[in-house]
Amino acid sequence: MKDSIPSPMLDVLCPMHLVLDQNGCICHSGPTLQKLCPNVDLIGVPFLDIFVVKRPKTMRSFAAMCRKAGSKMHLSLRDDLSSDLKAVLVHLDDGSGNVVINLSFGISILEGVRTYGLSSADFAATDLAIEMLYLIEAKSAAMDASRQLNVKLQGAKIAAEEQAFTDTLTGLKNRRAMDHVMGRLLSNRVDFAVMQIDLDFFKAVNDTLGHAAGDHVLQAVAQIMVEETRAVDTIARVGGDEFTLILCDVANEHTLLSIGDRLIERLQYPIMFQGHACKISASIGTVWIRENQDMAAKEILSDADRALYQSKKEGRSRQTLFKGA
Amino acid sequence: MHGLINRSVQNYVCDTFGKDIWAQVISRMDLGYSEFEVMLSYEDDITTGLIAGLAMITARPRQDLLEDLGTYLVSTPKLEGVRRLLRFGGINFEEFLHSLDDLPDRARLAVSDLDLPGLEIDERADGCFELLCRSGVPGFGYVLVGMLRVIADDYGALVLLDHETGENDLEKIFITLIDKDFSQGRKFDLGARIG
Repeated sequence: MKDSIPSPMLDVLCPMHLVLDQNGCICHSGPTLQKLCPNVDLIGVPFLDIFVVKRPKTMRSFAAMCRKAGSKMHLSLRDDLSSDLKAVLVHLDDGSGNVVINLSFGISILEGVRTYGLSSADFAATDLAIEMLYLIEAKSAAMDASRQLNVKLQGAKIAAEEQAFTDTLTGLKNRRAMDHVMGRLLSNRVDFAVMQIDLDFFKAVNDTLGHAAGDHVLQAVAQIMVEETRAVDTIARVGGDEFTLILCDVANEHTLLSIGDRLIERLQYPIMFQGHACKISASIGTVWIRENQDMAAKEILSDADRALYQSKKEGRSRQTLFKGA
Repeated sequence: MHGLINRSVQNYVCDTFGKDIWAQVISRMDLGYSEFEVMLSYEDDITTGLIAGLAMITARPRQDLLEDLGTYLVSTPKLEGVRRLLRFGGINFEEFLHSLDDLPDRARLAVSDLDLPGLEIDERADGCFELLCRSGVPGFGYVLVGMLRVIADDYGALVLLDHETGENDLEKIFITLIDKDFSQGRKFDLGARIG
């Protein structure tokens, strides 16, 4: 019977094979498979003492395995139930009743190689295992490099956003830019006015018609503000529906108030969005800072907020010029 | 060339000559950046310019630097991955040499836009090998010479290497395998955890 085992050939072609006799006992083991069970002499041991068939569940006996020759099995070593091996059984047609089972690591190749300390020589020359390991390693390295680049770019993006002076939705300046401009004007001790503008009923537009409508309204409002001011003035969107205007070289109180009046007037008209009329209005609080007046930005903004609050309290759609505490 | 290659040049210059020399090399190029990203692509001219600048600043022959770069690539512990990926090519140095034909394809499997110079290995009757290299960066063959020297050592093989530049910048490397089992070599653990 020994003659019938084509083991030298199989040892080269399938180093992870086993030959079993008709009782399911191991009578030959490929050189690599023996390395999976370093402390056991496999010869003479029943196959199912060493391995357990995980799938298909119907193949729990040697007889059942023989009936399903040629189909794929998933096995584990009894000593290490987390192990995952693929296998296929074929009958030897030499009349001996012996069967050959060939095994492979399948997708768990890396764990297999690590656990059993295998080398290239443990795999058949035509086996793709080495290429698979190469790919796992190369792809992990490439992925790692990509991830590092992504993290770096993400950091650069955040830094750029932090340094940005523009409100991306409206194209107006943002709070950072507004702080910057006001700081410059204060240190130059020049004459300027700060207008704090709050949109009334904006939340209602957002809630009833959705964010797209809200965004559209903000853009339309921004356009009106640009039209009603000069290029030297600064218009910033400093919150959801809050805007700050910084007006330079204000001629007199009348001019200052007339800008506010025009804005309120124009913002009363409904803004159309997809056939719906979005009705808002504007409340304004204004502070006029004279030349050489010693004030801090924080103070100015809080005065403007107080004036704005006054406008809201008095029924909205109006402006209040701050006249001192 | 691919950012991986330019970044390797950058690492080589910084580790070998120091960051000051790198700053000189890169500022001479006037690129508007001072570091290469491994996952981006750059013009071939940039790589050539880097090497030319380095040769000028260090007053060392270009080919010495290129060979040194090749040695660095496969021996620095920082780039252990490169040595390992090359060792997947074969279980001995001869098998490794034969795998060089596939090297550009293997590299592309890992990083699809990485275009390595075309390589062609020929085994001659006397047991010598001839490696042809076609590169967009002239002198790339010297990098291979540096790499082959280290890898041969890694496999425990004793080799003689010669470089020759033919027509159209076609480079030829002659590899004479004197003793394939000269030394123990370095162990290659298939499933090692790196990085």
